[in-house]
Amino acid sequence: MLNLINTSFDNCIKCTVCTTRCPVAEANPDYPGPKQAGPDGERLRIKNPELYDEALKHCTNCKRCEVACPSGVHVGTVIQLAKAKHGGFKKGPREFMLSHTDLMGSLSSPAAPVVNTVTRLKPVKKLLDKTLGIDERRTLPKYTGQTFRSWFNKQSGTQEQFKRKISFFHGCFTNYNDPTVGKHLVSVLNAMNIGVSLMKKEKCCGVPLIANGFFDKARKNAELNMNQFARSLTETECVIATEPSCTMTLRDEYPEVLDVDNSEVKDRIFFASAFIAREFARGNQPDMKPVKLRVAYHSPCHLIKAGGVIHTMELLNSIPGLEVIMLDQKCCGLSGTYGFKKENYSTSQSIGQGIFDQIEALGVDYVVTDCESCKMQVEMNTGHTVLHPLTLLAQSLT
Amino acid sequence: MPEDELSFQDKFITSCHTAGIRAEALTPKEALRIEPNVNPQLLGAVRVPDGTIDPFRLTASNILDAEEYGGRLMNYTRVTGLIIENGRVCGVHCMNIKTGELIDIRALQVVNAAGIWGQQITEYADLSIRMFPAKGSLLIVDYRINSMVINRCRKPADADILVPGDTISLIGTTSEKIPYSDIENIRVTPNEVETLLAEGEKLCPIMAKTRVLRAYCGVRPLVSLGDDPSGRNISRGIVLVDHGKADALPGLITITGGKLMTYRLMAEMATDAVAKNLGNTRHCETAEKPLPGANGKNADVHAPQVSIPVSGSAKYRHGERAAKFLSDDKKQNAIICECEMVTRGEIEYAVNNLNAKDLVDLRRRTRIGMGPCQGEMCSCRAAGIVSEMTHADNSENALDSIGEFLQERWKGVRPILWGDAMREADFSYWVYDNLLGYNQLQSLPAPVSEQLFTEQDDNVAVEAA
Repeated sequence: MLNLINTSFDNCIKCTVCTTRCPVAEANPDYPGPKQAGPDGERLRIKNPELYDEALKHCTNCKRCEVACPSGVHVGTVIQLAKAKHGGFKKGPREFMLSHTDLMGSLSSPAAPVVNTVTRLKPVKKLLDKTLGIDERRTLPKYTGQTFRSWFNKQSGTQEQFKRKISFFHGCFTNYNDPTVGKHLVSVLNAMNIGVSLMKKEKCCGVPLIANGFFDKARKNAELNMNQFARSLTETECVIATEPSCTMTLRDEYPEVLDVDNSEVKDRIFFASAFIAREFARGNQPDMKPVKLRVAYHSPCHLIKAGGVIHTMELLNSIPGLEVIMLDQKCCGLSGTYGFKKENYSTSQSIGQGIFDQIEALGVDYVVTDCESCKMQVEMNTGHTVLHPLTLLAQSLT
Repeated sequence: MPEDELSFQDKFITSCHTAGIRAEALTPKEALRIEPNVNPQLLGAVRVPDGTIDPFRLTASNILDAEEYGGRLMNYTRVTGLIIENGRVCGVHCMNIKTGELIDIRALQVVNAAGIWGQQITEYADLSIRMFPAKGSLLIVDYRINSMVINRCRKPADADILVPGDTISLIGTTSEKIPYSDIENIRVTPNEVETLLAEGEKLCPIMAKTRVLRAYCGVRPLVSLGDDPSGRNISRGIVLVDHGKADALPGLITITGGKLMTYRLMAEMATDAVAKNLGNTRHCETAEKPLPGANGKNADVHAPQVSIPVSGSAKYRHGERAAKFLSDDKKQNAIICECEMVTRGEIEYAVNNLNAKDLVDLRRRTRIGMGPCQGEMCSCRAAGIVSEMTHADNSENALDSIGEFLQERWKGVRPILWGDAMREADFSYWVYDNLLGYNQLQSLPAPVSEQLFTEQDDNVAVEAA
């Protein structure tokens, strides 16, 4: 009970900046905010575990509190670990389904056309709503008939000709739902004379598992991934990922939340934009043709946490002809699996409303963001198609 | 600990057994399982049936109990003399130290239970009880490092006990003889802080990276019988003097010595002496009757809209009496002190029922301002509520109350002003002065940095002198 390894909560000076930056506290008065749920609550929970507040379930793990904190308190982690320790996660069939993204992907992807049609039917959505509590107003993610891995394996020969090589952690969404971003990464890197290779095996980074309380499963995945990374890094320069949440989890959450040591490889895990921007800065920039578009860029919470927004902006600014408008740095509200849950639907929508309104008012050609979850949310709530920055980079290649 | 003699452990166990106290030797592994933060280098441990008392809760309960039996509490009333008529003590002359009002209280029996000030009271009658003032200092750390009392297994010495108390742990104590004339002006010295930290870390190494919230000191009302420079070896035995018998001055009884551990027994002894003098032979029954609020966390308080941290903290502090203020009223449930989860309802209850008329009192009754921020978040909010309730529309009182309260907090923070405590204090100062403009409304202490300079100057002056 009192085995305190992480005492960062002790550094909190109650400035309350975290709570002013919490999208949930703003939208849902039932959530007391990260200061109270995190460091304040921790003192009480240490005194008596029975003082655990079930309102912690409202936290989306967006990590904005940690970015805001001037005292180095790992507020989000304190909350996640408290939920794990005090039975604060409801781990039902819905949570299992939503969080085991690689399992669901491997089951759904082979039957993609059927699954995609069925999950768009109103009665099916109603049924999912009534039986599982997945809100019927949500658009469910589509699956791809051909996984990214099977596409990649067909052309992996071309990657062999490059002298320089990186390993690509594609993540569940790129593999099972939409391989576009993965394909675009390959073409961009190839245009920069860098080959791509995949880990022999990879498992879901664990971000949805952590958010739903499946810590043991997440830890297992983390251990497998770290072994695979170590092996892959003997032949490649680094591991890069295109999904902000995956990057943050692989790099920061493994040691902090899951207690999985990644110190051997941590410094060689990069967010795609960071890696590419660095290459550009060193002169390894392919010829680029103008892309005459006006786009709005939305910065995902986990990318803000991982510190990658500036790199994505650099890449977008390097595309000739592209006009980029930066949206307010606000959460879109979906937070991975959170917004799919019926009880969170209205909070989720109300958090994102500011972004949706801003997008509608701007009248841009596209919205751009790095995160797949943000993409789903923005596409469902605005009339706009959302592109990954790499897609625009790929379009600009001559 | 390796530096203590292991042989003391056997002596300790044997002595406990002789005194009829359970004492069970534990292996280091067992001790670490029970208290994971204890120093893993420990050689052995003994488990005894020790416990803790929450002094704030106990005081509030006693006040409530006394009032419910018809007693009346007069806080801030200093005894300035004894009323002696025809060779008999018939009451006391008093002064309200807040208003200056002089009051005489007449009584058939006067009990002198003034702690270290008991010597002064007897001096009013030219009697002598020689007190031996021994100053003790303690440090309070941010959170509970331990769940039960941890004591060094050695002869009593400085900083050998780590006591959990509500949300915090405290390391204590030092013991130092001071002249009786200094009892009003004691302060925690840097040396004491250093000793408490160094020794505390030996008990629980985590203390090295835990924030110290404040330091405070008090004076033990020991009654001197032998010649012991530190006061360590003076017995904490109870001293009851019926001055009618001892000094031929009837009407006055002095009760002193003892420890908080024996406070109720002391009260019973004093009450029995009073009763005897009054011809009352009924037997004292307070030992059998629970104090108000004794039900603690098991109290049956129905407040479904209140979050568990709030209702749990309220029940811990007020037991079944928490039902008087926990309700489904949103305004009453607004949290005023976020560190200790004190609601508006609890503050109103303390003002109405527990004699809390200003913030300094309110802190002792509710724990407002006792968390890591030391009043930074709650002072203004609470002052508004108390002011609304007690001095309608008198903003001066609210400002005075905030100033006095923050000064009290500052007094405790000052001896441990480094690291996060320093950041916190500076932030508080910034909030109250720069943001809220308190200094322009009221004279507050100078900024942290200026005070430090002033103090350094004083030191230089002393050295030069």
